[in-house]
Amino acid sequence: MPDATGLELIANELRESEGPEAILSTLYFRGRATLEVAPAKIRSVLASLRKRGYKSMMSVHGVDYYPHEPRLGVHYELLDMVEVDRITVSLRVPTSAPTVDSVTPAGADGPGWPTADHQEREIYDMFGVVFAGHPDLRRILMPEDYEGHPQRRDFPVGGEPVIFTYNEHASQGIGTVGGGTPTESLR
Amino acid sequence: MEIKREPLPRGTQPAGPRGIEIDSSALRVSGHDSQELLRGAELHGHNAPATLEGKELERYVHERVLTTTLEKAVSWGRSNSFFPLAFGLACCAMEQFQTAGPRMDIARFGFEAFRASPRQADLIILAGRVSIKMAPIIRRLYDQMLEPKWAISMGACCSSMGVFNNYALVPADKFMPIDVHVPGCPPRPEGLMHGILKLRKLVQDDPEAGWRERYGAQGTEEISSGTQVEPGA
Amino acid sequence: MSPTDQISEYRRREQSITLSQVESGEDTHDELLTLNFGPHHPATHGVLRLLVTLQGEVVRSIKPVIGYVHTGIEKTAEDKAYWKAIPVVERMDYLSYYFNAMAYVGAVETLLEVEVPKRAQYLRVIHLELNRIASHLIWLGTSALDLGAVSIFLYCLRERELILDLFEMSSGQRMHTRYFQVGGVMEDIPPGFVKKAREFTKIMPARANQYRAILDANQIVLQRLRGTCPLDAETLLGLGVTGPLLRAAGNPWDLRKAAPYSSYEDFDFKIPVGTVGDNYDRFAVRVAEIYESVKIIDQALDGLPEGPHITEDRKVALPPRHELATSMEALIHHFKLVTEGFRVPPGEIYNPIESPRGELACFVRSDGSSKPARVHMRDPSFVNLQALSHMAEGSYIADMIATLAMLDPILGGIDR
Repeated sequence: MPDATGLELIANELRESEGPEAILSTLYFRGRATLEVAPAKIRSVLASLRKRGYKSMMSVHGVDYYPHEPRLGVHYELLDMVEVDRITVSLRVPTSAPTVDSVTPAGADGPGWPTADHQEREIYDMFGVVFAGHPDLRRILMPEDYEGHPQRRDFPVGGEPVIFTYNEHASQGIGTVGGGTPTESLR
Repeated sequence: MEIKREPLPRGTQPAGPRGIEIDSSALRVSGHDSQELLRGAELHGHNAPATLEGKELERYVHERVLTTTLEKAVSWGRSNSFFPLAFGLACCAMEQFQTAGPRMDIARFGFEAFRASPRQADLIILAGRVSIKMAPIIRRLYDQMLEPKWAISMGACCSSMGVFNNYALVPADKFMPIDVHVPGCPPRPEGLMHGILKLRKLVQDDPEAGWRERYGAQGTEEISSGTQVEPGA
Repeated sequence: MSPTDQISEYRRREQSITLSQVESGEDTHDELLTLNFGPHHPATHGVLRLLVTLQGEVVRSIKPVIGYVHTGIEKTAEDKAYWKAIPVVERMDYLSYYFNAMAYVGAVETLLEVEVPKRAQYLRVIHLELNRIASHLIWLGTSALDLGAVSIFLYCLRERELILDLFEMSSGQRMHTRYFQVGGVMEDIPPGFVKKAREFTKIMPARANQYRAILDANQIVLQRLRGTCPLDAETLLGLGVTGPLLRAAGNPWDLRKAAPYSSYEDFDFKIPVGTVGDNYDRFAVRVAEIYESVKIIDQALDGLPEGPHITEDRKVALPPRHELATSMEALIHHFKLVTEGFRVPPGEIYNPIESPRGELACFVRSDGSSKPARVHMRDPSFVNLQALSHMAEGSYIADMIATLAMLDPILGGIDR
């Protein structure tokens, strides 16, 4: 990991090249470096980091920071295999405008990150962050006509009361096909 | 398709499916085995069979005494040669493999012919967690299986919700009838074997007492109505 | 009883078969058939659905559809105390359960800044490498089953029984053992474990030689695996693929050597690396890893240090039972840990380890309470699956099946 001073150097260089509002903050915690960027600049920041050597994107994942606004966060984990260095780039968008440029497709600022394909779809499915420019943005884990974004913190965990013999006549019984909308709880 | 249900003999009191009166407070105290209940065994000294009369007594006797040797032979054959459907969903599938493996050898009971096609299988072992996306597919598989067919729900996740009682799972009882539930997470091969052998005993002794009896769903078998397809047509 | 009248567009699409046409020479057309390798299929290693577009026997495009065993594990883990989330998180990648637990527990330990004693680290390495061998054995068995070699499956299960016996000896459970806890391992190994593990490591290389003797000299296996569906390391890196797939293509990236965790730097082992990156290399790399894991286990058993098996910090780990009778603080700690659990200072951590399929990482966000605010596993199979279409497009169906087997996807990890 770049140490704290290394992180600040990277951040300053990025501020110079991308603009002062690109990097919102830096965080060095337990030996790991995180850059928080403005959502509009994510592609260019990642392209610059790629030029600095962080050529592999290991993970793209979403976080829901409920109740802190802006709620939805997306984290990009970058890895430099030559120097064995990792850096995290994070951004946050509110639920009212959850749009982020997708980093999957190639663009004017360089080849994209093909590894983000399924991972961005998963973030869309679970959190509702819309990735503009993604080649095929549809639900990946839930059925495609599912309503709601399950991993948001205000989505209920759900669940069913367990069917025993004494309450099995109260259950919906055979013949009802599950799927589609979330299952109703038993009466 | 109508599901016929037996009219309950008493008004509002919950009665067992055999029409036998059950003292519900007795249930809670003694934690009776649900199987005993369903078969109308003696509870608390009430000589339940002695209170049966007429049609109910006939049915009781019929269920316990196989009247023909042919039926007995057929059910012996069926029970000793289940063709399980090769169907594994999640972690329980790994223990299902181990049950088919060399140590807890499922082949010594005769069940090693795991078929890939549901048309050729008669036992579906739901090994693993059933998500809401998968449930209609499993239902379709179960419908494609030919009568007589049995279902074992292996593991805690499909029997009840298991470790994950949340939005994404469906307990198997909700969309298909299950004959034997095997608890465990995942159940040891010995546990799965115990469940399969219980099913075998059920089929051998009492082939009629399947899920249709428990749910009162007689008459829901899908039997083709006799129009034969000519060969070459 | 009629089904719901409004079928959504998605379901109507599900029920259709598409036939399109493509030019293939003058005045002739070939049909492109889109075939559904459904979630229930004997060769798809779990409930993976592939929409395969075929031109004759040649695969033109593959679209994987996943989500058929999505269990909402990450959401469930948010509801539980940190140590209660360990069994939930273990069930993701259901063949490498110790690795799931290791990634999660390592992340929480980093957040808590708690030291893991040396003995616990060595015990963790022993169990991790045993789990790696077990996972590779199931991979080998099911892949050989896909190729048609049915007996290898039973041989691999025989070895796996020995490993599961060892797991049962140390923790009481064969799978999903909850053995790794925050700060160390749950219990020290019983007497007799070391002896039994040494018996296992003595016979395992001989057994692996037997498998190689059957498979490596078999013309069918060689013809199906050699030269089929190669993919170069550049593309794989772009797709984020790690693990044996990347090593088969020539890139020797292994987190056990590059960024050692849990005392891996104490052990001397090699990383098998392939050259061409075809299916045979992927197969050979994994089989070679079995030998290397046996070496690691032997070295760990030799050098197993004395000491506590879990951290002495009572705010994180349960005190030993005999202390509860005499010490009031121990009783209070025990009570607080069991009912509420320990509190973790707020922060976010991404903790990567090397699982049998690649880089498995756990992202934990804590908000200061006793329950994690977000647990996300970066599962290697989920990312590796994106490489399937790049690998198998343009080859025959049979090669696609072999590639899928060599990809080693575990649907529990893909769907979580």
